[in-house]
Amino acid sequence: MKHLYSINNLSKSEAISILDTAKSMAEVGGKAVKKLPTLLGRTVVNLFFEDSTRTRISFEAAAKRLSADVITFSAKGSSVSKGENLKDTAQTLEAIGADAVVIRHWASGAAETLAQSNWINAKVINAGDGTHEHPTQALLDAFTLRESLAPNQKDLSGLKIGIVGDILHSRVARSNVLLLNLLNAQCVLIAPPTLLPIGIENWNCQYSYDLDSQLAELDAVMMLRVQQERMNAAFFPSTREYSRDFGLNSTRLSQMKPQSLVLHPGPMNRGMEITAEVADSNQSVIRSQVTNGVSVRMSVLYHLLSGDAA
Amino acid sequence: MSLLLSKVNVYGEAAKDILVNGGEIVEIKSPGAISKADKVLDCTNKVLLPGLVDLHTHLRQPGREDAETILSGARAATRGGYTAVHAMANTDPVADSAGVVEQVFGLGEDTQLVSVYPVGAVTVELAGKQLAELKAMADSKAQVRIFSDDGKCVEDSVIMRRALEYVKAFDGVIAQHAQEGRLTLNAQMNESALSSTLGLTGWPNVAEEAIVARDILLCELVNSRLHICHASTRGTVELLKRAKEKKINVTAEVTPHHLLLDEEYVKGYDPVFKVNPPLRHLDDVISLRNALAEGIIDVVATDHAPHPKEDKETEWAAAAFGMLGLENALSVVSTVMVHGQNFSWRDVARVMSEKPAEIGRKPEHGQKISEGARANLCLVDPEVEFIVNAGTSVSLSRNNPYQGMKFKGKPVATIFKGNLTYQEGGN
Repeated sequence: MKHLYSINNLSKSEAISILDTAKSMAEVGGKAVKKLPTLLGRTVVNLFFEDSTRTRISFEAAAKRLSADVITFSAKGSSVSKGENLKDTAQTLEAIGADAVVIRHWASGAAETLAQSNWINAKVINAGDGTHEHPTQALLDAFTLRESLAPNQKDLSGLKIGIVGDILHSRVARSNVLLLNLLNAQCVLIAPPTLLPIGIENWNCQYSYDLDSQLAELDAVMMLRVQQERMNAAFFPSTREYSRDFGLNSTRLSQMKPQSLVLHPGPMNRGMEITAEVADSNQSVIRSQVTNGVSVRMSVLYHLLSGDAA
Repeated sequence: MSLLLSKVNVYGEAAKDILVNGGEIVEIKSPGAISKADKVLDCTNKVLLPGLVDLHTHLRQPGREDAETILSGARAATRGGYTAVHAMANTDPVADSAGVVEQVFGLGEDTQLVSVYPVGAVTVELAGKQLAELKAMADSKAQVRIFSDDGKCVEDSVIMRRALEYVKAFDGVIAQHAQEGRLTLNAQMNESALSSTLGLTGWPNVAEEAIVARDILLCELVNSRLHICHASTRGTVELLKRAKEKKINVTAEVTPHHLLLDEEYVKGYDPVFKVNPPLRHLDDVISLRNALAEGIIDVVATDHAPHPKEDKETEWAAAAFGMLGLENALSVVSTVMVHGQNFSWRDVARVMSEKPAEIGRKPEHGQKISEGARANLCLVDPEVEFIVNAGTSVSLSRNNPYQGMKFKGKPVATIFKGNLTYQEGGN
């Protein structure tokens, strides 16, 4: 693995190896001194063309726990005016001596463009590109699922995971479909037809327009955030109707298997796609996802950077 | 000065000697029958076509002379075998008045390389709200006959109807960029299974077809002339076929890139492949090739769209739409249509010279190669194989999607008003 801009960069054994290393990394988080010297003297740049406090602080914590120097470069540009030019930014980071660039961008493909360009030699980690992919989110989701539901397995075979909500615009869903397949889990995408991508019939997963019909089968359900801007763009008639059919409430939770899990990549719209009762229930692992996010990102940084000569 | 084209295969058929003098073809004889000329070109195994005519060229002047000028675009045109190009109206200022079209026309005349025929805007500032002064442009020195808001669609049905009606007075034609705006909001590529996996907003075929269907009906209603720019979908082909069966006066063009490239090139997010309308599914590409062969699509037009490096060396979504076309168009048609399917050099002459000149009402171009005809000519090496090197282009821009591709057949000389405007490997 030279870069991580897509789950397609990973073989099954590499993905499992990242999860295994993340487990060791998680132990660091439980210690009084939460630090390893692994990446001492290395520079990790968080390059954010789009705001995301959660993802940024998660990567920041991960890099710091491995003793890397962390620089945050916030280059917010709108999609219309180009704002900060990606090439210039990349070359600036190269000149500063970045070893890894964690990039978050509003444009699909920006991480791949950066990785495949000759603008920079640093390792590129995709922290979310447009509506394309968010591979570390999928890895932390898989880690969370494996810890809770399949602790004695390497992969996720035997599990069936539902992903509910705005699949059309979700980079989390795209990365999860790829990774769940790689790890032999079954996957079903659940949304109104307007929020399922064209060509979904040929994706390597099932899909359904009816959440209720799926609940009894699922070992875990990932609830996706419904973005504010979708709410007025005719993807569904009203937030109430959406919530009625696709919101996860206590009644729906009770129809799932007793050990089943509820995941959400955050931030949640409580009362919209998920009720407060469900978010705070015993089956919710939403806060564990945040904790695991740090361990998984430590593992990714370790795998990308520790192989190099310092 | 007289010029002898010796042993040239006229339309790829029997070899002849052709003598050019005073801007005309003065003699066509059996090989060896003409001996006296100031300059002789040995054209053995070369194909002679009428000079190519492009209906759809973006020359960027006035306004974006960093991307292309009328002179640099004219040079690129001569390399491609063209003797006439139609310069699209979306310049800055927009070519929506007699003043701007006369300026463009005049700069074209100054090049002495090709005829530059300005396309007039249909609406003021391409804004789609108010008709531009179409008659003034038609009556100007530029003699505009093609009107288009290309780059933007004339979406308002009433404006489109009125435009079609109005140009009947001077035998004009409305060239429509067919794109329904709401269905293509923020669109980045063809809508397909691939756009879904790449996370790029899709441009569905229906957004083109809905406008083509409406405009065909409007054209029939008012009995005018409609031209469809850069047809890109198999559904558009079906609509055109039905319209032609009903004898509705509609013509259509296809670009070289839509004949050759499909959406798979978008994988990897290289913005050189970002174009509007987008590269489509292979089924569309094949349908367009067949439609060109069957005459359902009338012409090949380049949609030559130069962009400077900084507008293409970016994230996909931030990059400009468009690709170069003038220098490689004939090679694409030669490779895909002549060598790739049952398409003759007479067919090439029809779709790249005769029909475009007819649609644009420019009788001095696209003439049959015969004694007394204007000496606007294109000489082709039909069998030469070569690899495209975008770096050698005479365009000011480098957004050439064919970089590194292998083609068979290319222009080797261009003659405009009897003068050699391009000769491969020298003068």
